[in-house]
Amino acid sequence: MPSNRVGVLVVTGFHERLQMAGMVASVAAVSGSDVTVFLSMNALQYFVRDGDRAPPAEGSFGATMASTNVPPFRQLFEQAVSLGGAKVHPCSMAMDVLRLEPGDLVDWLAEPLGLTRFLADALEGTLVTF
Amino acid sequence: MPEHKIIDARGSFCPGPLMELIGWIKLANVGDELEVLSTDKGSASDIPEWVKKVGHEFLGSREEAGVWHIAVRKTK
Repeated sequence: MPSNRVGVLVVTGFHERLQMAGMVASVAAVSGSDVTVFLSMNALQYFVRDGDRAPPAEGSFGATMASTNVPPFRQLFEQAVSLGGAKVHPCSMAMDVLRLEPGDLVDWLAEPLGLTRFLADALEGTLVTF
Repeated sequence: MPEHKIIDARGSFCPGPLMELIGWIKLANVGDELEVLSTDKGSASDIPEWVKKVGHEFLGSREEAGVWHIAVRKTK
């Protein structure tokens, strides 16, 4: 029987990829998958508490999307947690590099996680990377 | 007595209408009917797919003047 586990590795700082990652995480979580998200590299800065900086578009689609009523990507990740029971973890290495403490991040994130632990769980199922 | 709840998700893009439905389903009672209004064509096919996967009852959908009406009954 295939595993119901979905790992979502998010390292991008581009809007389109953050949006797609949030869509995958939220829809998979509310559809019965056990979803774990790992936020690292350029992605983590967009999950700082009270941060309102918009990520840049990677291409023309992102520029067009910015003027439409798509759900904000942070809201999609939060709904993955609140509606689907997903866990969204900040990468402990990225937190060290950016000198962030857990209290600096949005409060619906799970505890910081190392890559080894994330991969140990994620590789038992499907891993998607953005 | 079962309630009929209208969820106005017009103007929202995928997966916004689905997420709004799920949020309201969590608050509804078993037997309640929820009707999503959506202008997002993708949601008109995605919502029945989700309903089938998680085991609620899909009551049907219709399109009127560019607005999809997608009806679901909470079964559990």
